[in-house]
Amino acid sequence: MVLKIVALKKTYRAAGETVGVLRGVDLVVAARESVALVGESGSGKSTLLHLIAGLDNADSGVIDLEGENIAALPDSRLAEIRRSEIGLVFQQFNLIPSLNVADNLAFQARIAGRYDEGWQAELIDRLGLGDLLRRYPEQLSGGQQQRVAIGRALAARPRLVLADEPTGNLDEATADAVLGLTRDLIRRSGCSLLMATHSTRLAAMLDRQVHLANGLLT
Amino acid sequence: MSGGLARCGWVLKTLLSHWRGHPMQLATLLVGLILATALWSGVQALNQQARQSYARAAAMFGGARTATLVAKDGAAFSQDLFIALRRAGWAVSPLLEERVQINGRSVRLVGIEPLTLPKETGAVARMDGGELRTFLMPPYQTRVARETLVSLGLHEGERPQLRNGQSLPPLAISPALAPGVLVVDIGIAQRALQKPNQISRLLVARQPLGPASPLSEVVGDRLQLVAPQSESGLEQLTDSFHLNLTAFGFLSFAVGLFIVNSAIGLTFEQRRPMFRTMRACGVSARTLNAMLLVELVALALVAGFVGMLAGYGMAALLLPDVAATLRGLYSAEIPGELTLRPAWWIAGLAMTMAGAVAAAATGFIKLQRLSILAAAQPDAWKELQQRWLKRQGLLAVLVTGIAIACLLFGHSLGAGFALLGTLLLAAALALPVALGLLLQISERWASRYRRQPLLQWAFADSRQQLSGLSLALMALLLAVAVNVGVSTMVGSFRATFVTWLDDRLMADVYLDAASNEQAAEIAQWLKRRPEQIAILPGVRAETRVAGQTIELMGLADNAEYRRRWPLLAAAPDAWRSIAQGDAAFVSEQLSRRAGLKPGDTISVATDAGHWPLTIAGIYADYGNPRGQLAVDGDALVRHFPKTPRTRLALRIAPPQVSRLVADLQNTFHLGERQIADQSEVKAESKRIFDKTFAVTAALNAFTLGVAAIALLTSLLTLAGARLPQLAPLWAMGVTLPRLSAIELAKTMMLALLTALLAVPLGLAVGWCLVAVVNVRAFGWRIPLHVFPSQLVELLAIAMVAALIAAAVPLAKLFRMPPARLIRVFANER
Repeated sequence: MVLKIVALKKTYRAAGETVGVLRGVDLVVAARESVALVGESGSGKSTLLHLIAGLDNADSGVIDLEGENIAALPDSRLAEIRRSEIGLVFQQFNLIPSLNVADNLAFQARIAGRYDEGWQAELIDRLGLGDLLRRYPEQLSGGQQQRVAIGRALAARPRLVLADEPTGNLDEATADAVLGLTRDLIRRSGCSLLMATHSTRLAAMLDRQVHLANGLLT
Repeated sequence: MSGGLARCGWVLKTLLSHWRGHPMQLATLLVGLILATALWSGVQALNQQARQSYARAAAMFGGARTATLVAKDGAAFSQDLFIALRRAGWAVSPLLEERVQINGRSVRLVGIEPLTLPKETGAVARMDGGELRTFLMPPYQTRVARETLVSLGLHEGERPQLRNGQSLPPLAISPALAPGVLVVDIGIAQRALQKPNQISRLLVARQPLGPASPLSEVVGDRLQLVAPQSESGLEQLTDSFHLNLTAFGFLSFAVGLFIVNSAIGLTFEQRRPMFRTMRACGVSARTLNAMLLVELVALALVAGFVGMLAGYGMAALLLPDVAATLRGLYSAEIPGELTLRPAWWIAGLAMTMAGAVAAAATGFIKLQRLSILAAAQPDAWKELQQRWLKRQGLLAVLVTGIAIACLLFGHSLGAGFALLGTLLLAAALALPVALGLLLQISERWASRYRRQPLLQWAFADSRQQLSGLSLALMALLLAVAVNVGVSTMVGSFRATFVTWLDDRLMADVYLDAASNEQAAEIAQWLKRRPEQIAILPGVRAETRVAGQTIELMGLADNAEYRRRWPLLAAAPDAWRSIAQGDAAFVSEQLSRRAGLKPGDTISVATDAGHWPLTIAGIYADYGNPRGQLAVDGDALVRHFPKTPRTRLALRIAPPQVSRLVADLQNTFHLGERQIADQSEVKAESKRIFDKTFAVTAALNAFTLGVAAIALLTSLLTLAGARLPQLAPLWAMGVTLPRLSAIELAKTMMLALLTALLAVPLGLAVGWCLVAVVNVRAFGWRIPLHVFPSQLVELLAIAMVAALIAAAVPLAKLFRMPPARLIRVFANER
């Protein structure tokens, strides 16, 4: 088991009201498993992923990542976990605009001290980025940028990849291609995947689906 | 450990990669730091140069840094006392000094006894065997600093001639000597000054010769011991001038830091996505902050070094004017070449780094307070900005309260500067709030009465732009306000000075004869002339009042003096009391320092004993750092019989002046510096006055220039961020030329509002300078005059500066290709 969530709760204040986004979520992700987190827009999928990644703080509950409850960890330990154990893929790609493709790909692996030239070369080859290494993000299409983001997330060989609507900004054909690549690379690297999506079609491509509605998982 | 260092290296490399795509921002940041450093360090270089010179002068032959024995009445005394004290075990060294005239220049002649001179009194005391021999044996030596040699128009080896006909030994340059001093053996000085066996004071070495008898047993009450001071009289006198310079330098430094703050703030905002990604990828907050700090310090070091070089250049440029100011105001001499210590470099670089960190502090604080997710939300920053503006308004109110407290309860010069500083700070903090309010009112007016959507948008958009431009506008406000304030002060001073000069210089010709006998001869010759000439003898002496050396000026009994003497306050029948010889007028600065007012009595030490005087009035004496008493001329001569009676002031019909001057020169062989007509003296006085404020004018211009650069850099760096606001209007049919014109009008409107708000602030600054700072610094008060044409001129200059600042980004917008604007929409998808 890579991830175990127990009774996770999170509320936000908006326009003077308290909104309960997650109202007691339980979830388990096994090693090497790819899970689709399905829900409508505003259901709390991104919030759940942010909590797992330690980017936000839960109100209550347990987030057990590889045997460690990250809910109560200090920022420095959370940062260490993020760079070594977790890979993040965002809908908006979030590449570093001032670094070229090669440096963006290697960024997380380098700061985690896990840069592997061989694995890097394999990622570049499989993601089809060989001709784009010296380009900058503004010179790439959406699909190309997302492939770089996926490569960055996998370069450090994390235990768990969290992908938040990774194909949300892509057309259908590109989305299918990117997701297919992602799934293959996840299997090859031996890590688990938890992917948020509102598309049941894309969710069906993964091992398992869980549905988030009214702040609870089913 | 090595993993941690590698991680830090990658983070730093990533942070630095931002500048590749934003060279303008980098230039802005560096320019701001360079300007701030240059202006601050330049001013400090000038101050340090002057203070080194004062210290050299003070340390030399004791000055104020060595304990001295002086006569209680300040007069010269017999060298027998020196001999008695040496025999009694006192390590004393005699010194005779007096001001003399050589080639029309006044210098200090100092006679020393180098064999007994304390070693701590300077390099001259450490003369080696060869130098001593040359100094003490025929033909002897007159040691002088190079600058003094040049100013006297003499060369090494020449024998200077004093006005009394005595000559001094050949001149020899001594680099360690302070300017304005000639040093000879004491025996030579006694002969040249016609004071045989007389000495002015005894320097007391720190190390005694051995067990010494008590002073009173040896000399009775004839001498008193004056302890060494940490500050010399010259340092005290010039403190206010250097404080003024420092205040100016600090203002310029602060304005430069506004540029830095603006650049760093924008950089932080633009790197938000980068920060978020780095944090999401596992860079801890501590590592990110540490590397941001390393980046900032590295940039500050580079900019600081360049700024120090520029500061050195600026100081070298301004040094002649500063030297002229100090000479004119305080008779202080400072060398014309800059020599700086390593401490100046270290202090300057440290100041740059501290300034950079201070300027970046708000950015760091904001970064700490925002969570990683909020950093990605554009509105979070804007909300924070709005809250910050509200807090700024409250802070402005608080600082205003402090300013009022400084005005009501502060009495020192420091409190005066604190008043100025808090006044300016409060105004700067309140500016964005005030502008926001004005724009809000304008927006409502546009929507209700004009119904022109573009006009409404212009006001609303200006309000939104305010947070990004506020720092640059604050810099503009401060620069214009200080310009208005200082120009008003200088203008008021000039207007008052010119009127005062007309009243003080009421004679048409001033002459200084070579001797008392020649003066008497000239007076007899003048009486035989056919022209109607009023002869007004002028006598001067020095004495000590309230622990300070002051001038005594003798007034002739003349109706014109009574009519025009610039009295600020007077007792009844003041002039009658003066004529009786037992009253005095006191100068404004002495009256403030000593707390003297009409009706008070003081006792003045004279050659003939003590002279009790009643204060009959207070008069204006601008530009004179020393206190002055004006007394009846005949009474002054009675009390100071040895004082020279060589000065004559002549009143004659103006058309006859030049002929009289020519005749006097031809008949009595008077040199150019011995005779002057009033128009020349007035012109020279006005020239010195103008030169005195040349440094102020230069610093004013620099400050305004820095503010203009602040505006330019803010507009340039914001230009890219403006596209999402402008692109939709372009898509809706507003042409680029029209958009450019609207942007220009908005910028000029903000600049004009700021400049208009700066005017009343500047007048308040002027009042503070005139009524508080100058009174506490110099001891005199001048009436405040407002010069509307000057205000209009300053406003015009500020608007031209704003126009130049706005031109470059607008030119870019005007020429922007449509593809660039379309990308705004593509990026949002």
